[in-house]
Formats: sequence, C-alpha cells, structure tokens
Amino acid sequence: MDLTLRVWRQSGPGDKGRFEEYPAKGIDEHMSFLEMLDIVNERLTLEGIEPIAFDHDCREGICGTCGVMVDGRPHGPWEGTATCQLHMRAYSDGDTITIEPWRAKGFPAIKDLVVDRRAFDRIIESGGFISVAAGSAPDANNTPIPQEAAEFAMDAAACIGCGACVAACPNGAAQLFVAAKYSHLSLLPQGQPERWTRAESMVDTMELYFGSCSNHGECEAACPKNISLDFIALLNRDYLRSKWRNRRLAGQKG
Amino acid sequence: MTTTRPTVKRRRLWFLEFYRSAVGKKWVMAVTGIILIGYLLAHMVGNLKMYLGPESINAYGESLRDLGGHLVPRTHLLWIMRIGLVAATALHLHAAITLTFLNWRSRPARYDERHYAAANYASRTMIYGGVIVAAFVVFHLMDLTWGSGGAEFARGLPYENIVHSFERLPVALFYIVANLLLGVHLYHGAWSMFQSIGLNHPRFNQWRRWFAYGIAAVITIGNVSFPIAVQAGIVHLG
Ligand code: HEM
Ligand code: SF4
Ligand code: FES
Repeated sequence: MDLTLRVWRQSGPGDKGRFEEYPAKGIDEHMSFLEMLDIVNERLTLEGIEPIAFDHDCREGICGTCGVMVDGRPHGPWEGTATCQLHMRAYSDGDTITIEPWRAKGFPAIKDLVVDRRAFDRIIESGGFISVAAGSAPDANNTPIPQEAAEFAMDAAACIGCGACVAACPNGAAQLFVAAKYSHLSLLPQGQPERWTRAESMVDTMELYFGSCSNHGECEAACPKNISLDFIALLNRDYLRSKWRNRRLAGQKG
Repeated sequence: MTTTRPTVKRRRLWFLEFYRSAVGKKWVMAVTGIILIGYLLAHMVGNLKMYLGPESINAYGESLRDLGGHLVPRTHLLWIMRIGLVAATALHLHAAITLTFLNWRSRPARYDERHYAAANYASRTMIYGGVIVAAFVVFHLMDLTWGSGGAEFARGLPYENIVHSFERLPVALFYIVANLLLGVHLYHGAWSMFQSIGLNHPRFNQWRRWFAYGIAAVITIGNVSFPIAVQAGIVHLG
C-alpha cells in the first residue's frame, strides 16, 4: 500500500519543530509500524535527508521505549498495544498518518519523536525499589504469597514505563505510571517495609515534573498494558496514610 | 533538568505538608466537594417546600434559624454551618485554581491531532463550570439572602422573595443555566471524588458512575424546577 506520513521534525531541544510530509510507498501489510519507519528512513538516507529519529529497543512490547502519538492516539489505533506491535494492516492504501512525539512538560523534547523520559527514572529512584539482602538467590516460595495477591500485583507490574499515560493526559500527569510502580511493590509482603516512605517519596518526586490527576481516564484508555485506574485510587489513599500515620510505629522512617 | 536527584521541600505540620502536594489538594477538593454536595441536596430538598405553599417554606426558613432549639442560642448553629460552608468553598476554590494552573503548565504544547477516548465534556470543563457557578452563588446570595439583587425583598419571607426574583426572566434563565452547569460539574465530580480519596472496591465501583448520574440529576432537576415553576405560574403570590 502507498501511504503518506506527516511527521514531527525537530532538530533539537532548542528548535521550534514542524511537520514534514514523506511518501511511504509499497508498504506491506505484514510490516510492523516501526519496520515501516525503518523503510522510510532508509529511503530518506539515500535521498540525503536526515532520517526520522525515534526510540525503540525490544520491538515486542516490553521495553517501553517506542511510544509515539499516531493520528492523535498514543501508540496508535490498537487498544492495549505498544507502537512496535502495531501492524500496517491497521491501514489502507492512500492513508495519511500523523506521527507526533509525546508532549508534556515532564518529557522535554530531544529530537524528532524522541523525548527525555528520565523523570520516570527519578521517580523510581525515589521509592520504586525494595531492600533485600543481596547474595545467592533465595529459595523459591520462601515468602508465601496468595495467588490473588500475586496476580493483582502482576497486573500493576505489567507497566513498561512507556509514558503513554502522561502523553494521553490533558494535564500531563503521571499518576497511572506512578500508581502502577507503587502498587506492584506495595501489594506484596516484600514491599511492606518501605511502604509509607515509598508512597510519600514517589508522589512528591512525581509532582516535581508532572501535573495533577483530574480522573479524566485518558491514561487507562491509552495504556498498552491496560493498567487500571484502581491503582491510582490505591496510591491516593496510601499517600494520605503515609502523612497521617505514625510511621515509627510501623517501623519505617518518619 | 532531570539529571540530578531532585529534593522535595517538606513542611513541618503534616496537614500543611499534605495540602502542599497535588494529591493532597485533590483530597481536599473531594472532601469539600462532598460537604458541598450534602449542602446542595439539603438546600434543594428544603426548597421543595415552596410547592407546599408560603407557610411551609417560610416556617422552614424560620426553623433553620432556630436550629438546635433551646440547646443553643438562636441562629448560632446556622452560623456554624455557614462558616463551614464558606471554608469548604474557599478551600475547594483555592485547590481548583492552583491545580488548574499546575495542569496547564504541565502540558504546554498541544498535539496537532488528538482523539480523546475517555475524557469528556464534563471532565474537561470543571474549572469553567466551577467559576461560573461561583459567580452565580455570589449573585444568588445577594438576591435571596442579603436582598441586594434588585428585586423586592423582605427578610424572613423566602417564598415572596423567590417569586419576586424569579418573575424576572433573565434571572430565571441565569439560574437555570448555572444549575445545568452545576449538574455537569457534579456528573464528573461525584464520580471523580471516589478516586481522589481512594474509595475503590470491586463491589461498588460500578455504582460510583450511577451515583454520580443520580446526584447530578436529582440536584439539577430539583433546582431547575423552581424558576420554571415561578415562570409558569405554578408557584405564585396570593
Ligand atoms: C457549588 C458547589 C460545588 C460542588 C458540590 C463541587 C463539587 C466538586 C466535586 C465533588 C469535585 C470532584 C473532586 C475530586 O475529583 O476529587 C469537584 C472538582 C472540581 N471543582 Fe467543584 N464543586 C463546586 C463548586 C466549584 C467551584 C465554585 C469551583 C470554582 C472554580 C470548582 C472547581 C472545581 C474544579 C476545577 C474541579 C476539578 C479539579 C481536578 O480534578 O483537577 N468547583 N467539584
Ligand atoms: S501505566 Fe501504561 S501507559 Fe503508563 S507508563 Fe506504564 S505501561 Fe505506559
Ligand atoms: S520497542 Fe520495546 S515496547 Fe516497543
């Protein structure tokens, strides 16, 4: 099929940026979206045009680097799918596809479709970990965990940190990402020792970069891993408890 | 900007520290929202007494001033409630405005193309509806509490005051429009507040949506009926 791409080009953080149109001829419906971009980039290179910069790594929906806004939808038209898993059979001959980078204050532009998502790393550093005695691997099932708890924590742990929730949010808020990263630890016994300091630190760090949650629900709709808004409710509740309770009596840093 | 580990400046008093954060402000919005919803419901139900005639609603007004009976001095309880309402409104407003500015700053660039999948008219116009409702409340207080709204006014005679006020078509229309906007505000707000305070349970999550529909519908229909009833001559003098 023959397509036209309308792509955001921006040479660097200082550049204002603009849309450019490129033809994408002879695209096979079995190609992935990123393969289609590879082909267009190859042709651009041959023409002496700088290829479109975009982030990607695993190309199987687990690393979270590939997110872009495709025709006004984060990760494109398919529900619960990262950009790299989107396939060209979603399109038909003659279509024009608009591709934009994530736009949010917490994700400053780097180049073309690539944005700086290090704010997510700062949030994880502030509390998205558990303390364990490192050493040889512990025996399996040392800590008994009910199946339901494991499953629910796993639903949160499915977050790949792609940032689509921030990109989708009219407020540029990162609540869904933070709620997922907070919950998958705090729902399990291993996550209890730092639970309240985690709630406080992760939320406070998040708010240095991102907006506030108005419960629009756009994040949930955009998320390639279908992370649920329920985790945001858990985060909001635990944030109050982190401020309220006597953390010393819970054996945690006050 | 994102290369070094940032530091958070925390405040001493835990509730000031809590309100400093956006999540804390949303808690405050939700709790003050619940207080305001409770007030709106009681206010609307109380006003239904105008359908029972002047004696009924005027006696209701009197009993509000007499709240607490002989246990407390006259109008004291009413004043405590009023102060509570003003405080709740002030906090709701302050949080609303600071959060809205934060949110605008957090999304400086627009997308060229954007299809929303879940956000709706109600959720995206909270600040606009809210500000118009606030302006309406000021007018409403001038009109029917202080008697400086331009209509014939007599302290302690709410029935007569309501009829005199709502007989003016522009006032009736403003009242209707403001209450429809309030309904839109509640349609999102009465659902959203559950999320903000973490009231989330598979047993009642579905009901939260219906609760919001119900609150918005009941309050709006009740309130909008009053000016319509006056204009239609159902509620009238003599
Ligand atoms: C008259 C009575 C009012 C009631 C019953 C009411 C109720 C509510 C409720 C229940 C919420 C949801 C809170 C949450 O998501 O946790 C809300 C949100 C909101 N209200 Fe009100 N409200 C009222 C007046 C106002 C006024 C006067 C403003 C003025 C600006 C306002 C602005 C907002 C805004 C901007 C939000 C959304 C905040 C956000 O999610 O970011 N409201 N309101
Ligand atoms: S919550 Fe979903 S949209 Fe947000 S970063 Fe995680 S996987 Fe991406
Ligand atoms: S490239 Fe890894 S998730 Fe898409």
